[in-house]
Amino acid sequence: MPKIEVDEMRCKGCQLCTKACPKQCIEMSDTFSKTGYYPAKLAKQDCCIGCAMCYQVCPDLAITVFK
Amino acid sequence: MNAITKRPESLLDVTMHYCPGCGHSVAHRLIAETMDELKIRERTVVVAPVGCAVFADKYFNCDSIQGPHGRGPAIATGIKRAKPDSIVFSYQGDGDLASIGMAEIVHAAARGENITVIFINNAIYGMTGGQMAPTTLVGQTATTAPKGRNPLLQGFPMNISEMLSKLESPRYIERVSVDSAPNVIKAKKAIKKAFENQVNKIGFSFVEVLSICPTNWGVTPLKGLDFLREKMMPQYPLGVFKDEKESVAQKIQEGK
Ligand SMILES: Cc1ncc(C[n+]2csc(CCOP(=O)(O)OP(=O)(O)O)c2C)c(N)n1
Ligand code: SF4
Ligand code: SF4
Ligand code: SF4
Repeated sequence: MPKIEVDEMRCKGCQLCTKACPKQCIEMSDTFSKTGYYPAKLAKQDCCIGCAMCYQVCPDLAITVFK
Repeated sequence: MNAITKRPESLLDVTMHYCPGCGHSVAHRLIAETMDELKIRERTVVVAPVGCAVFADKYFNCDSIQGPHGRGPAIATGIKRAKPDSIVFSYQGDGDLASIGMAEIVHAAARGENITVIFINNAIYGMTGGQMAPTTLVGQTATTAPKGRNPLLQGFPMNISEMLSKLESPRYIERVSVDSAPNVIKAKKAIKKAFENQVNKIGFSFVEVLSICPTNWGVTPLKGLDFLREKMMPQYPLGVFKDEKESVAQKIQEGK
């Protein structure tokens, strides 16, 4: 199953990826990262189709897509 | 399972200082991917502006120079003429390019310099805290237009891509946006073409990128996307304004 990994040291919690994901797989964490943001995370297992739309909009290159 | 996305080599592996959601960061990635794909990184020079992208030279993994406010196209002209094998691009915001630097961009375009210009239009001065730019929309508030831009006092917004496309020499002018994944993919194509044109000695190529500045618009990044689509796009329609296949020199030679 495809998946994404979010680098919490790079994510600035802008939420743009949550809107870009056609499957609504991404949610924001409710705990702060070390850098002081609420980072994005893959909320549901078996949700991601590996389309990389989230990667396209992520300003901070925080997302890596695996397929 | 393999990673299908990878940070471009032409973008240094550092955290950029841009605000959450800022369109500058996306534009940086697209330029860096282009440098990788065209294998031009080692001969590319970025001319960084004054504005939020003043530190662009700390992010692109290529040669760089940071110029005085608005002078990017003049500096790029000098570098390109002195070292014609280099690939030179001027990266500029709308305050930098359309106010203080209006003369430099218009004349570089009119001379048809074989350079690439990436123009980030976020309808505001970002770095200095949200003053009105020539691109600020009618009614849009700015610290210098607290009641909103009034065309009777401050004139109407300037459509730079349309203006430059009336000149003879520019070869390629397109306006794109980085508000959604499909538009980011289109923006990448435009940016790549603007660099390919320089490699192929076609001539002056210009890409305007509609971009969000949530910080100075006073909205969240997601609300910023709505503003870009609903307010900016009607004033600044996306599209190709000029696309010439031949250089000016070729055209003159053929007596066209
Ligand atoms: C000669 C000079 N005049 C004014 C300034 C102040 N200043 C710095 S950045 C800027 C405008 C930046 O806006 P823009 O080009 O739109 O870039 P952004 O920050 O939005 O990316 C101004 C007026 C300066 N640094 N130098
Ligand atoms: S790769 Fe596609 S499906 Fe997977 S999280 Fe990103 S946008 Fe959603
Ligand atoms: S788009 Fe990138 S920086 Fe923004 S929340 Fe998603 S992963 Fe984080
Ligand atoms: S102030 Fe605006 S243009 Fe500058 S980094 Fe922040 S969001 Fe981007």
